[in-house]
Amino acid sequence: FFYLVRVGHPINYYLQFVTRFYIHFTAEQVVYMAIVGSFPFNSFLSGVLSCVGTAVLAVCLRIQVNKENKEFKDLPPERAFADFVLCNMVLHLVIMNFLG
Amino acid sequence: MAAAASALENEKDSKKLRYAFGNVLSLFILLLIGVLAFSIRLFSVIKYESVIHEFDPYFNYRVTQFLTKNGIYDFWNWFDDRTWYPLGRVIGGTVYPGLTLTAGSLWWFLNSLNIPLSVETVCVFTAPIFSAIAAWATYLLTKEVKGTGAGLTAAVLLAMVPSYISRSVAGSYDNEAVAIFALIFTFYLYIKTLNTGSLFYATLNALAYFYMVCSWGGYTFIINLIPMHVLLCIVTGRYSSRLYIAYAPLVVLGTLLAALVPVVGFNAVMTSEHFASFLVFIIIHVVALVYYIKGILSQKMFKVAVTLVVSVGMVVCLAMVAVLVALVASSPTKGWSGRSLSLLDPTYASKYIPIIASVSEHQPPTWPSYFMDINVLAFLVPAGIISCFLPLSDASSFVVLYIVTSVYFSGVMVRLMLVLAPAACIMSGIALSEAFDVFTRSIKCQLPELLSDSQPGAGDMASGNTVVHNDTVKVDKHSNAEKNDETVKERPSKKNRKKEKEPVEKVSIKSRIEKRLLVLPLETSIIAIVLLILLGAFYVVHCVWAASEAYSAPSIVLTSHSHDGLHVFDDFREAYAWLSHNTDVDDKESILTSLNACVLMGIPILINTHGPLSVFTVQHSLAVKTNKLVASWWDYGYQTTAMANRTVIVDNNTWNNTHIATVGTAMSSPEKAAWEIFNSLDVKYVLVVFGGLVGYPSDDINKFLWMVRIGGGVFPHIKEPDYLRDGQYRIDSQATPTMLNSLMYKLSYYRFVETDGKGFDRVRRTEIGKKYFKLTHFEEVFTTHHWMVRLYKLKSPKNRIRGKAKKSKSNQKTSSTARLKSADKIKKNPWH
Repeated sequence: FFYLVRVGHPINYYLQFVTRFYIHFTAEQVVYMAIVGSFPFNSFLSGVLSCVGTAVLAVCLRIQVNKENKEFKDLPPERAFADFVLCNMVLHLVIMNFLG
Repeated sequence: MAAAASALENEKDSKKLRYAFGNVLSLFILLLIGVLAFSIRLFSVIKYESVIHEFDPYFNYRVTQFLTKNGIYDFWNWFDDRTWYPLGRVIGGTVYPGLTLTAGSLWWFLNSLNIPLSVETVCVFTAPIFSAIAAWATYLLTKEVKGTGAGLTAAVLLAMVPSYISRSVAGSYDNEAVAIFALIFTFYLYIKTLNTGSLFYATLNALAYFYMVCSWGGYTFIINLIPMHVLLCIVTGRYSSRLYIAYAPLVVLGTLLAALVPVVGFNAVMTSEHFASFLVFIIIHVVALVYYIKGILSQKMFKVAVTLVVSVGMVVCLAMVAVLVALVASSPTKGWSGRSLSLLDPTYASKYIPIIASVSEHQPPTWPSYFMDINVLAFLVPAGIISCFLPLSDASSFVVLYIVTSVYFSGVMVRLMLVLAPAACIMSGIALSEAFDVFTRSIKCQLPELLSDSQPGAGDMASGNTVVHNDTVKVDKHSNAEKNDETVKERPSKKNRKKEKEPVEKVSIKSRIEKRLLVLPLETSIIAIVLLILLGAFYVVHCVWAASEAYSAPSIVLTSHSHDGLHVFDDFREAYAWLSHNTDVDDKESILTSLNACVLMGIPILINTHGPLSVFTVQHSLAVKTNKLVASWWDYGYQTTAMANRTVIVDNNTWNNTHIATVGTAMSSPEKAAWEIFNSLDVKYVLVVFGGLVGYPSDDINKFLWMVRIGGGVFPHIKEPDYLRDGQYRIDSQATPTMLNSLMYKLSYYRFVETDGKGFDRVRRTEIGKKYFKLTHFEEVFTTHHWMVRLYKLKSPKNRIRGKAKKSKSNQKTSSTARLKSADKIKKNPWH
């Protein structure tokens, strides 16, 4: 249930990407909210949750596509990617609706 | 060699054919289960008529009517000025829209197909339809946990379980009708995601959770149970990436979707009910990170990294907890809503919120109610729990957690036995199916030996079976031997239970290879199977009895059997029809009243976030109906607005405790004080339900003590001991003067002595205390045929001036009238 990756593989790049982009972005939004105030709250919520949501979904895709992951060897990567796209579309539809 | 190969081919083909046959049979059984679930709920329609029951469904019906007439945009923005006068109610923001939207879209769909069903018919039959679908969802859920056989058994149990029938009978148009289906379906999708690890099902899970949030306030059960299960899996070392995929997207998408529903709004991130999900969200990320790093790094670096990650995770966790604690400590209920808190601390409601404590559904259940509601399942559940542990999988641990928590919550509130019902059915389905499995397997293993004694030529079969016993046989020979046994055994079975045997056999093919065989003696197995079938028969008989006798009464129409046939008491509808035909709905713009209404807004009231803003903006364009209001106890509010189409003061939503306390105070005060209070609220008619003539026990006199308690909770001059003689509640000659002078007593028993000369109250079984009295501030306008509903009109102020002269002589007991004495001529607030 753990997934081995070689160091120096794109995984490091991926990890940096995740930490720098998503976490940074979320932190930035929280700081902005702390400065400006939380009105309108729904925009803040949707912004933060969209970041977190896409991060989570990217991790899920990553889990499913990784070839060394024993539990998912039956899953074709195209199917995993299609699921990812579908989930993202639903997430962003909801975000845009909630953005106000 | 070729013969063997072709024999193998035949085996495979026959196996495929039998699998196909099994599938078709399962489908057919599911269809029958759906029909069963639908038809067992139709007793009330057959015995009475297709009418909506109880109180809450009338509100949902009225909302659905509005939706079908005016469309969805008006529905979202609807401000209802017919209830909670003068405050009104923001329907769009305070109602769970799932049920009404479902029924509305069903109606719209049918009408677009040119099937002209009325809204009422759709509303009445929504619940049976969704209970059939819920039975199918239970099949799917249990199939994920244990297999097809257990699934079918659980489905058939759920179709008939009395606790679910009680809230989903035809005519019971309440949230639970669709909410239980949404609950089971959400759990099914969660388990499916857990088992397959597919993101597609995770998306569907989030959408099903959204449907659940739309439907019922009980969605907090899901959003706390699933994190609990995730935590359990992590703690017991069953963490896997499938768990992450099942949980993390659900939290994010689920919170967003829950925030979309106006009733929940920002409560999705701000109330304590949701905090568990966020905490576990962080925890699962920490755990995922730990496992991830374990894979990348070597042993030494791993230890360093783990401490780093865990400490970072702890810091984030603590920060989160600090934020939560700050949020939570600032609110007096620690962030929980009143209803949730009363679930966790059962004594909370009785101390602080008498309204929640007074609802009969919120009382703890008695032991007999368990046997009434889930009957045989009550002792099949422990067997199911044991069976879930052999072997323990993620799915079965989830079901065990579900049943344990739902048993606890059902012990707190009778109403939550409804949440226990699906869990009990799943467990019992698993137990029954496993029991059948063991017994039929024993029979199958021993029957060919029995046959081989009588048929010496079946030696091959017998040897084939002995090879079976050694667990090394191929599947096809195995199934071939089985098929012969199956056909031999099915003929002697009398009851129609073979539907369970075929799918059980499919499961037992696989399990037989894997497990070691437990072979019981043949006679024992046969007797045991017959006894199990008998158990099922008892269950069915009980369920049908419960459905027809106990749960099918629409409380709007009552019947009783007497020596001269069936008596029908249609008093409620008679009264509402009278109201709607004989009173006017006057629409008058009145600046004075709208200003006064704005003044009343200054009262501290417990409302949701949408309340004050929208009410204030709408207030000045409000068409105020002056002096055409009906005041009654809050039970009848929904029915009055829906059927009589008149404005009411309080209704079943009970969101404003002070308003209800005002009505309660008015009912408990003497006539004059009550008149003052009602006049200040623009009330014209007072509705009282009285069951003394016919023996109807749920009338207002029986509920009167709650009116006193609730009124006393806000207005301290109403003291409960004033109405009790020696701690006993009486209405006969020994009753206290406060009781005999209260408005409720007077309105209930006015002219009652004319019915039988003695004034004998059939419910309280005594003669009433004060028999001959006149009403000074109210006049009776209508009493229904059996005296069950009585309507009174407020007399116009001219009488009050006359009464003022008398008032100086009479004894003033209540200080509220003393306060009112100094008010000016325009309508005044009794609580300023």
